[in-house]
Amino acid sequence: MAELAGIPIHIEQPEAEPQQFGNALPILNEIRHALARFAERAEPTRIDLAAIPFGPGDEARLMALLGRGEVEATIDALGPTRVWETRFPGVWVLDYANVEGERIALQIEIDEVPQMLRTQRADITDSLAALDAALASATAADPAAESRH
Amino acid sequence: MATSKTLGESLRQHGVSRRGFLKFCAATASMMALPPSMAPAIAQALEKARRPSVIWLSFQECTGCTESLTRSFSPTVENLIFDVISLDYHHTLQAAAGDAAEHAREQAMNTNAGEYLVVVDGSLPGPNANPGYSTIAGISNYDMLMDTIDGAAAVVAVGTCAAFGGLPKADPNPTGAVSVQDLVKDKPVINVSGCPPVPMVITGVLAQFLTFGTLPELDEYGRPRAFFGQSIHDRCYRRPFYDKGKFAESFDDEGAKAGWCLYRLGCKGPMTYNACATMKWNGGASWPVEAGYPCLGCSEPDFWDAGGFYKALSVPTGSPGDVLLTAGAVGAAVGVGAGLMSRNQGKQAVKHHDKVTADQLEEKL
Amino acid sequence: MTPMDFLLLTKGPLFSLAIAIFALGILIRLFEIFALGRAHNYAAARGNEVIPGLKTMYRRFNPDPGTLWHVGFVIALLLFIPHIELIKSTLGVSWPGLPNPVVDAVTAITLLGLVAVLIHRLTHPVKRFLSTPQDYLIWTVTFLPVLTGYLAYHRLINPYPLALGLHIFTVEIFLIVLPFTKLTHIFTAFVARYYNGAIFGRKGIQS
Repeated sequence: MAELAGIPIHIEQPEAEPQQFGNALPILNEIRHALARFAERAEPTRIDLAAIPFGPGDEARLMALLGRGEVEATIDALGPTRVWETRFPGVWVLDYANVEGERIALQIEIDEVPQMLRTQRADITDSLAALDAALASATAADPAAESRH
Repeated sequence: MATSKTLGESLRQHGVSRRGFLKFCAATASMMALPPSMAPAIAQALEKARRPSVIWLSFQECTGCTESLTRSFSPTVENLIFDVISLDYHHTLQAAAGDAAEHAREQAMNTNAGEYLVVVDGSLPGPNANPGYSTIAGISNYDMLMDTIDGAAAVVAVGTCAAFGGLPKADPNPTGAVSVQDLVKDKPVINVSGCPPVPMVITGVLAQFLTFGTLPELDEYGRPRAFFGQSIHDRCYRRPFYDKGKFAESFDDEGAKAGWCLYRLGCKGPMTYNACATMKWNGGASWPVEAGYPCLGCSEPDFWDAGGFYKALSVPTGSPGDVLLTAGAVGAAVGVGAGLMSRNQGKQAVKHHDKVTADQLEEKL
Repeated sequence: MTPMDFLLLTKGPLFSLAIAIFALGILIRLFEIFALGRAHNYAAARGNEVIPGLKTMYRRFNPDPGTLWHVGFVIALLLFIPHIELIKSTLGVSWPGLPNPVVDAVTAITLLGLVAVLIHRLTHPVKRFLSTPQDYLIWTVTFLPVLTGYLAYHRLINPYPLALGLHIFTVEIFLIVLPFTKLTHIFTAFVARYYNGAIFGRKGIQS
């Protein structure tokens, strides 16, 4: 292995700062405009980051600029979807992954609560029925319940 | 085989919740290069979408397009969609072989007449070429295509070979290869070019057909605008360097290391329309330009013969330097000769006191 | 013919043909002019020839749309990076270019300048009287490459190979027409100005 050691190998140190391609700031501007629209007219906006030509490091820079806020949630449906509010309240990040944990979409949502977190109307109707059923079966199973009424 | 079950029913049967469905629609919108605001429309359309039968024909191709298609990690949205389409014939992916395979194709054609989708990858020898260059089960590619598209709702030409002729059609085109759109005139043809196309673009186009049941808006080359509407150059993250005039001059100079524009290394981004710059490859990991390699222009017609891969787009294909030098030398010699002749003429005129009128001078102007 | 065939034709054989005609034509004309020589002036010189000659070369520029579009044309021609690449591959020399947004703005100004001078030519009675069909021909062959270049850069013609092919094609027309029309002034204007200034300088008068 002496020959191998004789080969001069130059290892470049990874840069301290990720490389900048300047594609993060325009998105931040777009988010700012969307936030202004929401403040004025309560109009929510969703921005699909897959459609943005990010260079290496651009996404990390955008995420660093947005930071983390107070709320964080995970939705478990067809794989995990991580949702968090950024340090700018009203600006949310939605990171969709499949069951194997691979990202399938990344979106920014400007709203009070992201659409994904809200319970859907149809689910509430179903839920009412389910709760009624649960209550009925629980009542039937518990003889003490009758006397309490 | 295609069933009458809608996608909405199919998903609910698979235990997908409404949030899951919403997520599915958000990812589908992203995949179809539609704005996120389209997700509710997609949800509505998908609820009603029916599972179409798909017949996939492979002609003069390298299977790279199928390789690309299968590189969508399992099980993603693409696979979910593929669970709900019916891929009834595909050489590489089907289990059946020989007569059984051909029988499956015929059965799919009969059962779903007028409704099935034909996907073609690879070019094929034209009607005037020797059909022996490419046959399947003893049937020439031309006959099989014409026979299969007869009852098709639409034809999707996947890959540059099917869309524009690709490598088989490259100069000198020994097999007389032609593209699908050269032959199919009475059915809608959607071209999904690329060598190979981005996996998400293949599935995205199929998803769009499945979702809306309509053909997408197409560009001059018959490609869906949602994916082929913008040039690589206009969506390239290195574009700011082009505009500032910062270029990599070789593959290993400081500019290349700093990630500057690859125009001078032959990048065909300005003439290439594709989704690589935003959708990227390998699950969004990277794409050629991000890897420091100039775009070859693989989604464009005749890209194999479009000058050198490493020659800048504006550089002529011949050797104009030599032409300029030769023509210049000849021109200089002829010019000197003509000048000396005129000079001599003038001297002679002076010597002989030749007269000249104003009209004669006017003529020379 | 597909748009790509057209682009390849303009980038290959047509380009070679155009620069062959251009080089042949322009060098015949220039060498013919220089080989003629100048008549010997036997009068004693009253002043210097060189300095007034050089001065006249730039003194005759006026700040008008005519000069403006000429400057713009030269900037777009010589300082747009794809053009520099072409010159490098043909002549082997290169220089730094300008950022594209700058070249883009300059091109827009050049187009407006060219339109302005055409309107001026058409509306000014004297200029209109003096104009020959050749003047309108050379205006057209000059305007088209700038226009098609601008359209190609902004992708206003599709598909792109057609846009680029049209741009190169119009440039080839320009190159072929150049040696046989007033466009030769590109090479002779400064020589003529120098002679003019030098003749007056020798006589001791300001030109």
